[in-house]
Amino acid sequence: MTRFNAWNVFKNGLIGQTDWDRQWRDPEPKKEYDVIIVGGGLHGLATAYYLAKNHNIKNIAVVEKGWIGGGNAGRNTTIIRSNYMMPGNHQFYEHSLKLWENLSHELNYNVMFSQRAHISLFHSPAARDAAARRYNIMNLNGTEAELWNLGQLKKNIPHLNYEDARFPIIGAAVQRRAGNARHDSVAWGYARAGDELGVDILQNCEVTGVKRNKGRIEHLETSRGLIKAKKVGFAVAGNTSRLWEMAELGNLPIETHKLQAFVTESIKPLLDQVVVYGVGGAHFYISQTDKGSMVFGGDLDWYKSYAQRGNLPIVQDSAEAAMAILPCLGRIRLIRHWAGVMDMTMDGSFFICKTPIENLYLNAGWNYGGFKASPASGWYFADLIATELPHKYIQHHNLERFEKGINLDERGAGPDPKLHG
Amino acid sequence: MIRIKCPYCGERDHSEFTYGGDASIQYPSLDGTEKEWVEAIFFRKNIFGKQLETWHHANGCRMWLEVERSTTTHEIYSVKPCHPEMKKVLEKKDPNDL
Repeated sequence: MTRFNAWNVFKNGLIGQTDWDRQWRDPEPKKEYDVIIVGGGLHGLATAYYLAKNHNIKNIAVVEKGWIGGGNAGRNTTIIRSNYMMPGNHQFYEHSLKLWENLSHELNYNVMFSQRAHISLFHSPAARDAAARRYNIMNLNGTEAELWNLGQLKKNIPHLNYEDARFPIIGAAVQRRAGNARHDSVAWGYARAGDELGVDILQNCEVTGVKRNKGRIEHLETSRGLIKAKKVGFAVAGNTSRLWEMAELGNLPIETHKLQAFVTESIKPLLDQVVVYGVGGAHFYISQTDKGSMVFGGDLDWYKSYAQRGNLPIVQDSAEAAMAILPCLGRIRLIRHWAGVMDMTMDGSFFICKTPIENLYLNAGWNYGGFKASPASGWYFADLIATELPHKYIQHHNLERFEKGINLDERGAGPDPKLHG
Repeated sequence: MIRIKCPYCGERDHSEFTYGGDASIQYPSLDGTEKEWVEAIFFRKNIFGKQLETWHHANGCRMWLEVERSTTTHEIYSVKPCHPEMKKVLEKKDPNDL
């Protein structure tokens, strides 16, 4: 594999870019693998990479029904942050952020990680107090966090609506190390680095059946034939319940909902941070890509759906939220919008756990927040598959937490999946 | 936009309604086991295809409806009132004539 470095870029510049290798192979499926990861999204690819890198397992396949990074990996707003406070969640997302900080070097692939700060606006003294509580907990846990007053906010982001907003902005909670990254690069980077360590990436390989022999999975039936596996990991957020049913495992604490995102035409540099706004039921987050487009998103479409297409009322809601805080966007044109299907869980937290089947492992339930989690998700899922022991950070991220009454509900919204935005 | 044929108001945009959730959940009796209650409150079939669900006509007649809808195409197969006896009462000429 040709490494990406200054010399190779220079050399290929002279010879018409003719000396680059394929970034990853397109192998035929083998008869049997030590580990098969179902789902070639960011979580699946990261898991395969860390299984090979951290645990020295070489005979691994990632099976993907479409093309890698074509599901939710390509349908998000690429925000990375670690402003969590529940035990387990906090350490997990902080570790993820630390992995992001070195990811481009780790993978020899520029994931364009940009720590441009995550600015969460507040609009009332009560909201400020709630933010202060959360951000103080973060500081106590070792994640730097700040509260900005209006003066600091105006200096850093001059274009927000400080004049006549329906909900006047009074300050913001800020995580400076947060930011965003280029979503495709993350999928390609993990795929390329995993492939180099021997991971077979099998695209256009849809799992159509799970063959069980009592308490074990014997093989997976796929559109490219039967593949035997010693261990199987599911990492197919959005469609987890469908695979779960194929494995005859019953119900899950998950509902599939769709979440839309929007991108506008390119403009000159306007917004140098990720800005988040949530008031009066609305929920809105916006940033500007390196190409100059404004990328933003809002709430779920509110009803259960597996359709990867959005509905109009949310387009309107998100546009209204954009106008409420950034009225200067009034004449910008929307060029694309899309929807991804989310595993929304009963408490808003994820699952990385064992299952009733001895050699099946589950990675699911990422709600709105799967993108930022992907490095740590791969790290701890690989750790679980290789060692069989849940790491202490994810020891409660299992399916039994509901019957034990230890729900990890950051928002305190209760057992209604659509409310855990 | 999904259009829902409300049995009281006629066909309306779904933005007039709020989504209730899975209408097929059967809650156990009050002295049911803990396992039955955990299953009913936290676990879902998460159907891929046709499912029964509730919608509330919040910006309309404020009645709860039982809707059969596809979670893959959003096509609606049937809509009926959650409380049919209430519909009977509303259709009476004299509402006091119970």
